[in-house]
Amino acid sequence: MPVSQDVLVPLLLTLKVAAWATIFASVAGVAIAFALARLAFPGRELVDAAMTLPMVMPPTVLGYYLLVLIGRRGPIGAWLESNFGVTLVFSWQGAAIAAAVVAFPLVYKAARAAFEGVDRQFEQAARVLGKSEPEVFVRVTLPLAWPGILAGIMLCFARALGEFGATLMVAGSIPGRTQTLSIAVYEAVQAGKDDVADFLVIVTSVVCVVILVASGELLRPRRVAA
Amino acid sequence: MRIEVDIRKTLRSAAREFRLNARFSCDDDIGVIFGASGAGKSVTLRAVAGLETPEEGRICVDGRVLFDSRRGIDVPARERSVGYVFQDYALFPHLTVEDNIAFPMRKWWQRRHSPAVARRVADLVEIFELQGLARSFPWQLSGGQRQRVALARALMRRPALLLLDEPLAALDPLLQERMRGELLSTQWLFQIPMLVISHDPEDVAALASHVVVFDAGQVVRSVRIAGAPYRDGEGRANHAAIRRVLLDGGAEEPQGAAGARWREAT
Repeated sequence: MPVSQDVLVPLLLTLKVAAWATIFASVAGVAIAFALARLAFPGRELVDAAMTLPMVMPPTVLGYYLLVLIGRRGPIGAWLESNFGVTLVFSWQGAAIAAAVVAFPLVYKAARAAFEGVDRQFEQAARVLGKSEPEVFVRVTLPLAWPGILAGIMLCFARALGEFGATLMVAGSIPGRTQTLSIAVYEAVQAGKDDVADFLVIVTSVVCVVILVASGELLRPRRVAA
Repeated sequence: MRIEVDIRKTLRSAAREFRLNARFSCDDDIGVIFGASGAGKSVTLRAVAGLETPEEGRICVDGRVLFDSRRGIDVPARERSVGYVFQDYALFPHLTVEDNIAFPMRKWWQRRHSPAVARRVADLVEIFELQGLARSFPWQLSGGQRQRVALARALMRRPALLLLDEPLAALDPLLQERMRGELLSTQWLFQIPMLVISHDPEDVAALASHVVVFDAGQVVRSVRIAGAPYRDGEGRANHAAIRRVLLDGGAEEPQGAAGARWREAT
């Protein structure tokens, strides 16, 4: 079995990249979803469309946009490099940013639907019972929306695990540094290492199935009091 | 305790425009806001709780101004010190009976109740006969039990006033009779003034010491019915006299829009 270096290194790297991507996308997705679910302002659905765009745009196009922004000569990339000496391109952090952008709509969409599904009366009850707005959010809104949000987070993680196009554009395919599972599969096939490819594909499939089953379980309608 | 309400609000939907112009005051233990559905009862009660902002007017409870459009006062709902029992109770589905009742007193970083809070929860559980249900979730309870949990939760913070939106409408007739008794004993036990919404003359007869009759967004009558001719020395209701108040302010025959609507409904 070609375990060790060929599989373990990309697997661990992928988990690290996907975990950070999921954290970034989830925090931003939940915050933006709550704002859009609760604040009515002109152009709200336009913002919603913009937030959903990464889901329909080709990942390579997204990757190109990211390169323009965070590349060494891009506005954000140049600023980071001159002020902090940080280079995002061809680093695992860059891969995480690419995966976060691509997977963001999944958690955003799920969170917005979950927040809109929370009966406002529960929030009003909490206010009359003396709770401030942050407490209403932490103790009532978030717990009631949580199953839907968690399902979105898991789908986001699954999507981040399998990210290929944008990651390749931004971070390249440096073995041990930016070569994630899906990129490693591609490289293995290109190099004719079928045994490595087989193993990588099976590992990836198992992880994805587990996540899908678990998130499906969370999305099933639950009994809720009238 | 004196409750003064004098508010105006226009509600618009695609189909119609509804103008609320509610003005009444009530000095008694239990005031019942009576009227057909869509008469503006709920909006008024929600405005007292701070869940609805009137366009203009004034709301005053026991000398404390909760809302005054002219002076720019609008006390947030969380600081109004009122208890509110929602029509379908709005018990938090993710919390147990115990945690629902303790909810107002618990800070979000606290994992457990303080001893004082735990004691008060235990007292309320006993008063409202919820022993054995403390760890149940709202969906596991009957309608009557849910209502008692909602009452206990609303009283947890010792509010100055208890507002109840159609507390009996969701219950079957047998249970209604019992819950009227429970509301009266709750009022007596906690010595808390109540403002109750109802469209059932039976509720007025059983509970009210003051009735405010709403029709099409207006208060058409606000009458104290604690004494003669509406009740005898022992507080028993004179149904005929109360009925006349509800229908048309003491006229022999029900007249006007309120009377017609009421006759249609019964």
